[in-house]
Amino acid sequence: MIRTTVGGRAMKVIESKGVPYRELNREIRRLVAAGEDRLLLRGVNGQRYIGAGLKGMARLEIEGTAGNNLGAMMNGLSIYVHGNVQDGAGNTMSGGEIVVRGSAGDITGYAMRGGKILIQGNAGWRVGIHMKSREDQPAVLVIGGKAGDFLGEYMAGGTIVVLGLDTPLHQERESANPLIGNYLASGMHGGTIYIRGRIPAWQIRGQVQTGLTTPEESPPLWNWIEQFAAGLHLDCSGLFREIFTCLMPQGARPYAHLYDHSA
Amino acid sequence: MPRSLVPPEFLVHRDEGRCTKCKACIRQCGFGVHAEGPDDRISANDQRCVNCQRCVVMCPTGALKITANKEIGRENAYWSAERLREIWRQAESGGAILTSMGCDRNYPVYFDHLLLNASQVTNPSIDPLREPMEIRTFLGRKPEKLSIAGPPGEERLAGPLPPEVRLEMPVMFAAMSFGSISKNTVLALAKAAKRMGIMFNTGEGGMNPALGPFRDHMIVQVASGRFGVDSAYLEAGRIIEIKIGQGAKPGIGGHLPGEKVNAEIARTRGIPTGADAISPAPHHDIYSIEDLRQLIYTLKEATDYQKPVAVKIAAVHNVAAIASGIVRAGADIVVLDGLRGGTGAAPKMIRDHIGLPVELAIAVVDRRLREEGLREQVSLVAGGGIRSSADLLKVICLGADAAYLGTAALLALGCHLCQRCYTGKCSWGIATQDPSLTKRVDPEAGADRLVNLLTAWQHELKEFMGAMGINALESMRGNRLQLRGVGLPQNELDQLGVKQAGEAM
Ligand code: SF4
Ligand code: SF4
Repeated sequence: MIRTTVGGRAMKVIESKGVPYRELNREIRRLVAAGEDRLLLRGVNGQRYIGAGLKGMARLEIEGTAGNNLGAMMNGLSIYVHGNVQDGAGNTMSGGEIVVRGSAGDITGYAMRGGKILIQGNAGWRVGIHMKSREDQPAVLVIGGKAGDFLGEYMAGGTIVVLGLDTPLHQERESANPLIGNYLASGMHGGTIYIRGRIPAWQIRGQVQTGLTTPEESPPLWNWIEQFAAGLHLDCSGLFREIFTCLMPQGARPYAHLYDHSA
Repeated sequence: MPRSLVPPEFLVHRDEGRCTKCKACIRQCGFGVHAEGPDDRISANDQRCVNCQRCVVMCPTGALKITANKEIGRENAYWSAERLREIWRQAESGGAILTSMGCDRNYPVYFDHLLLNASQVTNPSIDPLREPMEIRTFLGRKPEKLSIAGPPGEERLAGPLPPEVRLEMPVMFAAMSFGSISKNTVLALAKAAKRMGIMFNTGEGGMNPALGPFRDHMIVQVASGRFGVDSAYLEAGRIIEIKIGQGAKPGIGGHLPGEKVNAEIARTRGIPTGADAISPAPHHDIYSIEDLRQLIYTLKEATDYQKPVAVKIAAVHNVAAIASGIVRAGADIVVLDGLRGGTGAAPKMIRDHIGLPVELAIAVVDRRLREEGLREQVSLVAGGGIRSSADLLKVICLGADAAYLGTAALLALGCHLCQRCYTGKCSWGIATQDPSLTKRVDPEAGADRLVNLLTAWQHELKEFMGAMGINALESMRGNRLQLRGVGLPQNELDQLGVKQAGEAM
């Protein structure tokens, strides 16, 4: 165990390369329980479940690629990844934040109900499915690049924002919005999704109401973009006048009409 | 609005000679059947009656009777009244018919074709009133081998054992969420579980803070909607159960109708008040056994390997292979929920036409796990339609370690099986959130009834075992020699792994 100093503050360093996940995570749990508040994991190469279920205010910096279910079910913790993350980052998390300088895999933010996930690059499929929101700490997921199919499926609360930072939009009528895949927002019954650009109806699966807005017109959107820019040290001011499509559910009971409730 | 063709399912008969117009029925019916007419007589709207028997039981003069309305047309052996009614209803609503509780159709009940053994002369029976009978059981993963360390005379187990949970008798209360049932009902189950030294299950609705004192007897469930799942919830449970499926609705999601989602439930689940609480059909982070393994290990990591992780599936045709995969994925307990398993709400066609009776499911899974050398590593829990201590013992003989009780527990609390839990109007105060109804279940008195039921079953269990000359539940598990089939064809006997009645040991 060594200590290093980053930004003037002492950090414990865990050399993680080749360490089996069970050992690595046991060590992290031990250090966090002992009150260590800043950890640097060097050479992470796909270890799963880092930070899973942890509580508290510790900050975890990760160099390398974090494996599946990073920060799953956690409540607290601030995780910063200098690299990519595999599937399931922030799965069912209920508080804290995960900031990723690279891209994220499938099911990022599945069923999360509180805290922040900021992804600088792209995110995979099935992202933000069944997101919810706590009253005291709303759930938000901001994707700097693009997202795949089934984004925001069954969404019940919280906010998803897709910025498409490096993607110029030259949209013709009815042409696909390149920042998202198919089946956007199917079964959505709560929360809000903002996607940069316009979205043709055929790309949306859910019974949602859509509207056009800009960050300048929409203070919550502005706020999430600012937090994203601050968290990742980026300049996003060029986005403030861009058109975004805002999606909200039409009703809180998307499937009620499928059932016969009589008798 | 055009006239409805759907005739009432039940008819309310009031004996005017006995009726004192006390209006108890008006207050008691959750479905708004009884009303005071202009002529100060009490009338009934048959169309709304679900035959829950609340008014009949509560009427102080016994003036009420409910009968099934059979005379609805030329029903015959093929086109039953129920089929006619379904078609008329759907022709009017265009919707899938909802129902509640377990499959009620006339499929073979294997429990009723199995007979237990007893000792006579050559191996004496045991008197349970005189001899201790061991009906405790432990759930959780069993180590393949034990390593012993330490100097001679002071040998100890080297390394920790996997976490296990002790049950004072081989039953637990099945997952029923706060939301599908009332808080008072959940509390009655929790109190009874604590008093009996067994477990209850939060279901998928999260944990109400009132359950704090019962956490040592609590199984917390993680379902596809992940309602209320956070680190505190996982920490609170003694066992964590991943719900993949439910016997009453295999392969489809859960669906708590918005009518039942009041402010307290919405808060526990993290969704808007009045919104449907939707659990998607699959967990969208589990599309394979390998994915399941990741959720199992996420939960183990999140709780520092301190709790057994159970995986509950609906019994379906390929159940043996699936269960084998689940054990290999790292589950410590496998729960099989059979065709007769209850539910707060399910589409009727799904409930009645998908699945496998739990007797067969347990038998084939137990056999498969034995063949593969995996059976000793995990615990097997049976759910879905256990009606008596005899069913309980039979399912243990077929290979289960313990069984879940859902419907039987609600019946003990007063449920009359009207199958309308999904409406949220339960006159018995169980499957409802209406405060004027929920107060009908008193948690303490309810717990007493549950404790009585289980105490009676405990006694019966010991008598059964004593009769067989077996004094430990351990020796009953998977002990098919204690069973014989009556009236079953050979291939069914083979699937169950039992011999024909009349065949000797
Ligand atoms: S209390 Fe039950 S049985 Fe009596 S009228 Fe109402 S629904 Fe029918
Ligand atoms: S719990 Fe209530 S609504 Fe459900 S079947 Fe029993 S009596 Fe009917």
